[in-house]
Amino acid sequence: MSTAIQNISLSGKKKQVSNKEMTFLERLYLVAIIKGLMITIKHFFRKKATIHYPEQVRTFSPVYRGRHMLKRDEQGRENCTACGLCALSCPAEAITMKAAERKRGEEHLYREEKYAEIYEINMLRCIFCGLCEEACPKDAIYLTISKELVPAQYDREDFIFGKDKLVMPLEMAIKNTQLKNAN
Amino acid sequence: MDSGFIIEKSVLIVVVFAVTMIMAMYSTWAERKVAAFLQDRVGPNRAGWGGLLQPLADGMKLFAKEEFEPNTPNKFLFFVGPAIAMSTALMTSAVIPWGDKLEIFGRTVYLQATDIDVSLLYIFGVVSVGVYGIMIGGWASNNKFSLMGAVRAASQMVSYEVAMGLSMIALLMMTGTLSLKEISEQQAGMNWNVFYQPVGFLIFLICAFAETNRTPFDLAECESELIGGYHTEYSSMKMGFYLFAEYANMFISSTILAVLYFGGYNYPGMQWMVENVGVNTANVLGIGVLFVKICFFIFFYMWVRWTIPRFRYDQLMNLGWKILIPLSIINIIITGICILAFK
Repeated sequence: MSTAIQNISLSGKKKQVSNKEMTFLERLYLVAIIKGLMITIKHFFRKKATIHYPEQVRTFSPVYRGRHMLKRDEQGRENCTACGLCALSCPAEAITMKAAERKRGEEHLYREEKYAEIYEINMLRCIFCGLCEEACPKDAIYLTISKELVPAQYDREDFIFGKDKLVMPLEMAIKNTQLKNAN
Repeated sequence: MDSGFIIEKSVLIVVVFAVTMIMAMYSTWAERKVAAFLQDRVGPNRAGWGGLLQPLADGMKLFAKEEFEPNTPNKFLFFVGPAIAMSTALMTSAVIPWGDKLEIFGRTVYLQATDIDVSLLYIFGVVSVGVYGIMIGGWASNNKFSLMGAVRAASQMVSYEVAMGLSMIALLMMTGTLSLKEISEQQAGMNWNVFYQPVGFLIFLICAFAETNRTPFDLAECESELIGGYHTEYSSMKMGFYLFAEYANMFISSTILAVLYFGGYNYPGMQWMVENVGVNTANVLGIGVLFVKICFFIFFYMWVRWTIPRFRYDQLMNLGWKILIPLSIINIIITGICILAFK
């Protein structure tokens, strides 16, 4: 004999609702109030869930996606060629850029003939999904594991991060190259 | 009447006034802390240690806010509303015995601003005037939400005052006096009225919640339905007065509960303390005990607020007229029978 479909509870959490008449104690309401008070007073002594933000910081997962960085290659040149695939892939429309042609004598700055003159990410729009990183054919943009995602600001304009904040610092590129050579 | 009497009473009145203000101030802080703790949060903790300067910050904020006046023909009433609410909230503390007596410079100082023999009636009278503050404010705001809140507050307070008065009558039949001082003295030792009048206490407690417009009876200012109820149109310190009056009322009604049913300033072994340690020490301790009781009731108000949802309006009226009033009348009858049988 199989049970009727309405009685099956795969999760085991199904509860039968009953509309039976309330007993006198239940109708008195006071017992229910005392029960409720006991529940709330238990919470009074419970450990608080609050994280005191500026003093305490929530621990990140080891694989989280932090702030973006525009990469340089081993010789310290910017990888980005301003192809726009990251902007195209961005579901939040956070990335804008303007391409420019590399001039003679700038070969030590940019790897290819075309580079991003302006590269801006609106951090208020960015959802840190990492699709830009996946879309990039030149390994130019990637999401770091920076401890701070976006610092608080007073003006909306300050949340638009330009190349000054996004491009990998030169010293970091040099250090990376040295590490690579040492290995 | 000598000058010493005037000085001692003036000092007492100023102290009681200041203490009421401070208690009301820190009730706002305690409310937020208790709310937070009951909800697994930590509450205000930035202004001062543990957020202890939060009431000052709140007060300063309210003072700095724009003074908005709605387009109402009753400018005067709009102004008078919060004033009535505030002054009635502070007036009740005059007849409360805060302690027994102190002996200072050879004088016996009774810790009560005035011991009129109709103290209880006085309190009831003043508390009833308090509803005018809400009603006038709501009426003069020229706003339907405010008016609804005011109407609800008025009808609620009128209905619950009946049950409250009836529950008091049972107590008065026992004590035989209206003076709070004498009621306190009768409860010396552990002779607390709550043991003789548990039902009366319960009715009084419920009515006190309704009289102070606290949850679950805060229909007058229920945010989800009436925006802010009677103080929707108020801003700045007028708004602050209403909120402050609510907390002052809470403090006073906690005091009355403690004095009427929980022995006031009495504590077990008080007589022994008076004889062996000294009158002053024993009675200062008595003041402390009274404040512990008051603080417990204030905490209880907050505890209940964050536990029970608000009543529906018809449920409120049902409870008041169909349950509490018959119950308190039965309580009176049983009290009468007991007095006849045992005395």
